[in-house]
Amino acid sequence: MARELITGNGAAGYVLAQAGEANRSARGCCCGAYPITPQTEIIEYLRGFEFAKGRVVPVESEHSAMAVCIGASLGGARAFTASSANGLAYMAENVFAAGYFRLPIVMIAVNRTLGPPWNIWADQGDSLALRDAAWVQFYVESHQELVDTILMAFRIAEDSRVMLPVMVCMDGFIVSHTQMVVDLPEQQQVDAYLPTCSIPHRLNVDRPATVGGLAWPRETEHMRHEIQQAMERVPAVLEEARGEFEQVFGRRPHGVMSAEYVDEAETVVVASNTIARTVRNVIEQRRVGGEAIGLVSAKLFRPFPRDAIRAALHDKRRVAVLDRNHSPGSGGIFWQEIAATLQGCDVEVLQDYVVGLGGGDVTPDVVNRIIDDLVKRETSAEPVWEEVTA
Amino acid sequence: MSIALTTADQPCEHILRAGNTNCAGCGMSLGLQLLEQGLDGARPTLAIPACCGIVTAGAFPTSGYGVPVAATTFASSAAVATGLSTIAELNEETEPVICWAGDGGTYDIGLATLSAAAERNENIIYICYDNEIYGNTGGQRSSATPEGVRTTTTPKGKCEVKKDIMRIMTAHRIPYAATLSIAHREDFLQKIRTAAATRGFRFLLLLSPCPTGWKSEPDESVDLIEYAVRCGLFPLYEVFDGERYRVNVRPDGTPLEEYTSRQRRYTSADVDLGHLQSEILKQWRLLDGLCNAFPAEGKMAGRAPKRN
Repeated sequence: MARELITGNGAAGYVLAQAGEANRSARGCCCGAYPITPQTEIIEYLRGFEFAKGRVVPVESEHSAMAVCIGASLGGARAFTASSANGLAYMAENVFAAGYFRLPIVMIAVNRTLGPPWNIWADQGDSLALRDAAWVQFYVESHQELVDTILMAFRIAEDSRVMLPVMVCMDGFIVSHTQMVVDLPEQQQVDAYLPTCSIPHRLNVDRPATVGGLAWPRETEHMRHEIQQAMERVPAVLEEARGEFEQVFGRRPHGVMSAEYVDEAETVVVASNTIARTVRNVIEQRRVGGEAIGLVSAKLFRPFPRDAIRAALHDKRRVAVLDRNHSPGSGGIFWQEIAATLQGCDVEVLQDYVVGLGGGDVTPDVVNRIIDDLVKRETSAEPVWEEVTA
Repeated sequence: MSIALTTADQPCEHILRAGNTNCAGCGMSLGLQLLEQGLDGARPTLAIPACCGIVTAGAFPTSGYGVPVAATTFASSAAVATGLSTIAELNEETEPVICWAGDGGTYDIGLATLSAAAERNENIIYICYDNEIYGNTGGQRSSATPEGVRTTTTPKGKCEVKKDIMRIMTAHRIPYAATLSIAHREDFLQKIRTAAATRGFRFLLLLSPCPTGWKSEPDESVDLIEYAVRCGLFPLYEVFDGERYRVNVRPDGTPLEEYTSRQRRYTSADVDLGHLQSEILKQWRLLDGLCNAFPAEGKMAGRAPKRN
């Protein structure tokens, strides 16, 4: 294990390459690569990497980047890529195709604002727009969590009980372009952690099959139900992936979410990505002042971990959800999920705060204002646009 | 996992199995059969975008195809085939990866993907069966639709000229490009053999009658292509590395009307045959000029793909 000062993009490229290389004794690896800010350094790194059995294809669009991954995965190889914002939107048709094809592709989504207006900074709206695409989705707080989650992503995606693509989402610039000290794995550790990739429905001239052709309504509904069942198995598979991760790498990575100081708290703040780190710092300071406030740092978004969320929040008096994303005409997207999850529970106030859209800094001051506002509330209200109305 | 369960319910000796649901007189069906003959026993993997070629597969869990098929999104066949052929190359598997795509997926929505795969010189055979319409959706215009003819979205006849996809593809300097006719079997098979023996990106254009869209008689499909070649409308030729040309069949003076009069897409529109005839002559002046200046002689080694 090497400890290195490295950017989020550098770490992501490094670990993707190791994961690809770990499949060299099987059918190899492939990446369809197309640059977009703030993802670009990931594919630059991959293009420069000399794979023993792999190829990074410089394509002409994100749509084709995912199509190359689909072809490689249908060929039985380990496939991965990365994108952001409008690139993810342009790719969308094939993102859905990868999910519905049941292909264990891993994609890094470097969260960036979908334009217009042209804005390159962090916003989760790009990957959350793909929440229904039959991909497992993780949101990570930090560089180390990014590395660990990417490694677990391959295990989960390629597990025969799941066999679904996985998207690992990090904040653009805040993680992608800042440097942190990270434990980076050695190749032999990755080889030990990741079994070679086996895709049961890969195309094979000895067993001709047509994958993705016409299916009638009942058959289609059956396939969709199978995807739902596979999604439901993800939390248990993640638990196994964590345990094996600890055996190989000596540290235990996150699970479906991280609940901190929640048991003794009446008030809990839910956040994801780097905002959760800021919230943690604020909560720890306020605890020194005697306030019992808890944190739920959401990690797994698809499948949405309803049981864990309900267990953590069902008896809380006040819950705030901080969303660096927004569904126009509704509200924050994590908030929608949590509101649906807490149906019938005794939470008095479930308040959504839309913050940091377009990459605005969500500072400790912002979080303190939100908590001050929350603890005064007796009932829930419509989502609050904290920085617009402040 | 049911998406993986497509079954082989018959022996798989043919690319196109008996019992498929294709229309009578479909040029694409005949093209698939000639493709198999030209491959001399090689077992291709097909990447087929949205088009009649994937409807050919029929309904899950059976398939009209006896070889592996990836049904790709509309614009993606050349990119999915890139992934498939990449993994085949990495594993030293030599069976061909073939895109089998209509004109909509080739001339229109898939053009950027196709161009990029050609520019990268991917190890793919790309065959466009060109029925000059969006056949799958019931016969709308595409950029392959000829000038003048009626489609469901050009009720007064198309006012734009047909895109010259062969010139676009040869401009990529791909190792091999050729046109295919279902009425010239030996020429067709020879070109499949040449394509199969060449490495890198190979583009083949098949003019493919669609009786429902062309408003023609199914039993005249092969004759129609015979006339299209003989009157000069559809030249049969090959281009090596985008710079060495060979014409395979020259026009013999057959009137254009032999072709157009048998299709109500032409006869029900106010098509100016004199204008079309002059366009054919221009096309041949260009092609003959290229053949004279840059003749293909002897065995033509294609530009092999480079990878880094």
